[in-house]
Amino acid sequence: MPAPQCSSCHAARAALRRPRSGQALCGACFCTAFEAEVLHTVQAGRLLPPGAVVAVGASGGKDSTVLAHVLRELAPRLGVSLRLVAVDEGIGGYRDAALAAVRRQAALWDLPLTVVAYADLFGGWTMDAVARSTAGSGRSRACCTFCGVLRRRALEEGARLVGATHIVTGHNADDMAETVLMNFLRGDAGRLARGGGLGSRGEGGALPRCRPLQLASQKEVVLYAHFRRLDYFSEECVYAPEAFRGHARHLLKLLEAARPSAALDLVHSAERLALAPAARPPPPGACSRCGALASRALCQACALLDGLQRGRPRLAIGKGRDEEGPPPPRRDPRSAPGPAAAAAAAAGECGAACEGRCAQASV
Amino acid sequence: MCQVGEDYGDPVPEGPPPPRPGRELRCVKCKDGLPVVVIRAGDAFCRDCFRAFYVHKFRAVLGKNRLIFPGEKVLLAWSGGPSSSSMVWQVLEGLSRDSAKRLRFVPGVVYVDEGAACGQSWENRAKTLAEVKLILRSFGFPWHIVALEEVFTLPPSVLRCSAQEPVGTEGTYKVAVDSFLQQQHTVGSSPSPTQQEEQLSQPCTQDPQDPAGPPPAAHIEALSRLFDSVKTLTAKEELLQTLRGHLLLHVARTHGYSKVMTGDSCTRLAIKLMTSLALGRGAFLAWDTGFSDERHGDVVVVRPMREHTLKEVAFYNRLFAVPSIFTPAIDTKAPEKASIHRLMEGFLLRLQAQFPSTVSTVYRTSEKLVKAPRDGCAAGPRCLLCMCSLDVDTADSATAFGAQTQDFSQTQPPTPLAEAGAAPMPCCSAEVGRAQKCCQSTLLCRSHLWILCHLTSWLRPSSAAKGPRRISRSIWLRTVTRRCTPLGAEPGATPKQEGKDGQAACDCINKNIFN
Repeated sequence: MPAPQCSSCHAARAALRRPRSGQALCGACFCTAFEAEVLHTVQAGRLLPPGAVVAVGASGGKDSTVLAHVLRELAPRLGVSLRLVAVDEGIGGYRDAALAAVRRQAALWDLPLTVVAYADLFGGWTMDAVARSTAGSGRSRACCTFCGVLRRRALEEGARLVGATHIVTGHNADDMAETVLMNFLRGDAGRLARGGGLGSRGEGGALPRCRPLQLASQKEVVLYAHFRRLDYFSEECVYAPEAFRGHARHLLKLLEAARPSAALDLVHSAERLALAPAARPPPPGACSRCGALASRALCQACALLDGLQRGRPRLAIGKGRDEEGPPPPRRDPRSAPGPAAAAAAAAGECGAACEGRCAQASV
Repeated sequence: MCQVGEDYGDPVPEGPPPPRPGRELRCVKCKDGLPVVVIRAGDAFCRDCFRAFYVHKFRAVLGKNRLIFPGEKVLLAWSGGPSSSSMVWQVLEGLSRDSAKRLRFVPGVVYVDEGAACGQSWENRAKTLAEVKLILRSFGFPWHIVALEEVFTLPPSVLRCSAQEPVGTEGTYKVAVDSFLQQQHTVGSSPSPTQQEEQLSQPCTQDPQDPAGPPPAAHIEALSRLFDSVKTLTAKEELLQTLRGHLLLHVARTHGYSKVMTGDSCTRLAIKLMTSLALGRGAFLAWDTGFSDERHGDVVVVRPMREHTLKEVAFYNRLFAVPSIFTPAIDTKAPEKASIHRLMEGFLLRLQAQFPSTVSTVYRTSEKLVKAPRDGCAAGPRCLLCMCSLDVDTADSATAFGAQTQDFSQTQPPTPLAEAGAAPMPCCSAEVGRAQKCCQSTLLCRSHLWILCHLTSWLRPSSAAKGPRRISRSIWLRTVTRRCTPLGAEPGATPKQEGKDGQAACDCINKNIFN
């Protein structure tokens, strides 16, 4: 059966059917529509005011590559200037190749690129060193916990370094949908109450962050990269573990097969969730050490680093995380481990310091 | 492993290992009885303690919420399945207890015959109905059997939210209890059980609602056409749920019941919660899964089985021989990937096997949800089908709803819906995109637009068959657009406004669906 005609230009054969509307479009029309939609999201959501200096969190992966490309196309109309900020986590055999992709993109698009390294920011701690330090604790997924929290901090530092006023990350609708599912399965009412928006306005001195691709599904992001022949890096991190997110991701794929708009339906649900006032977290304060946004005395990044320095890397994760605060409620010893406990470490990838604004660890 | 004479050790014993001698398992409650069931990890209960635990939970849920007043008429929605059967059994036992602990409401049971939606022949349905009646008689409550076909004769009032404010504060409950006791006192010094029996047996002597024969053939055919026109199982289940809800509401209103009890278990509610989430009903989760559901105003739906897990229900029913029947449902034998409902059920139950607290975690999260709309989302008009405040945004907003309604690729005006409807559509999403555009005037919430879009082919009168379709079309039209006529004063909307919205909805539906 030949592909149907593109429903927009009525000239070319359609190359895809859009998950959100079922519309059959050809590659060129799809790319135009995709860019128009991102532009609309940014403008209608008032995410990036004219004159903003925008730091794009670039990892070399599909999402950040597409985001950087689209924003570069739209920059003249939005009146913003772009800076690429890449984070070097110090993961041998993985990050080097991804950073090479980012460098190629920066050279091709003529965008200024800044690379900030964990090793410089965090007193010599690279992810490889963290992994060696946590290796004895028997849970490899602790790596993602550290990496996610530290990367958030690193991106903030990098953005300040280049004089940016806004940070954008490449989270797409699928990431948000997974996060909603995961927060429900974990019973994380606080994050459910905070989540749903397109970003944060930057309270407490933090830079405003937003996710312009949040309303685009992963499939469309990949197809955009395909039609625009973008050069991106698609390998899984060597520390990528069997995390709880894997369950949610698998479920989402099945749901999308049953109803193509499932990801956007979940994002819509997240936008509209109404939680009891008691479930909403208190407004965040400032970290007593670094001044960053924190919901406890120390921000999560400082707490994790503190634990690493003292040779007790799991100090700020799971049970021991509330050392300064009240003791955590004792779990009923009879009750079996729930996803809450099992996933706490994996979920910590956007730990307390992130205030729910980073939906996913990968920038 | 291939060496000759390698020692493989003893063969692994089949079945569960024998209990260790000297440390025989005892009931965790009485420390004495022989345990018969392990509910949570390591909690072994003996038969009596399990029964007490189970009954206490049921009564505690009712007692904690204080919504059901003494002497109130309560309709028990019984499907024949394990949870609702267990619920009816609990009420039955609760009414026959000693005076101090007796439940004091007046129950009736309703059974909805959904055979037509599941494609069953009338012979099969009649066979099932005979079994159903046998069990219903054994309960001894007044009972009602309604066929799903009766949705075609529903009055428009089912789509109307009664303006009556639900009562349910602490003070009014106490007043009600006091007046009930006083009333009982003045009626006579005879102990209440006899009075209770009188109350119960009196309606029983009347011939209960007993459909003499099958519903009209035109209605049966119309219903099967209606369900055939819905392409996906997900939308079918949603449609069935909506129609069932309307029927229950109608039965409750016509017979003067002010509460409807449904047998949703904790496990079922967790599944329903995640399903609703994935269907985009995030704004209504508290309505859909909370203990009480006051969206209809005068009839409140309560879910007293919400603390019981399916496992507890299954063991209780088995240990105490609770009668139940098996009727094929709309998703019976469907593959797991067929619908979002089935997917979510399979996913949660598998995860529950791996992490035994999954269901309770999801369920506890649902308790933190509130019914009021989220900050910044104004409470607007209500959805015609589910009575919830509409959760639609303006088409040009930077939200998921806006993303699905705006259409940047469309340089030309959209093709007429009739044309799009004729094309093969696996998911109808093209129509949804278009229907969402006029959503704000059609008065349907986002998730129910799907149903409307699925029904376009069914509603279009130009197709071949005239007779039954004509009937059903007019009735469905009546059902959906009934609210479009001005209804008089309703809370939150002036009559004038209501009429205007209604007219707009009518125009929109007519333009898009019946053109």
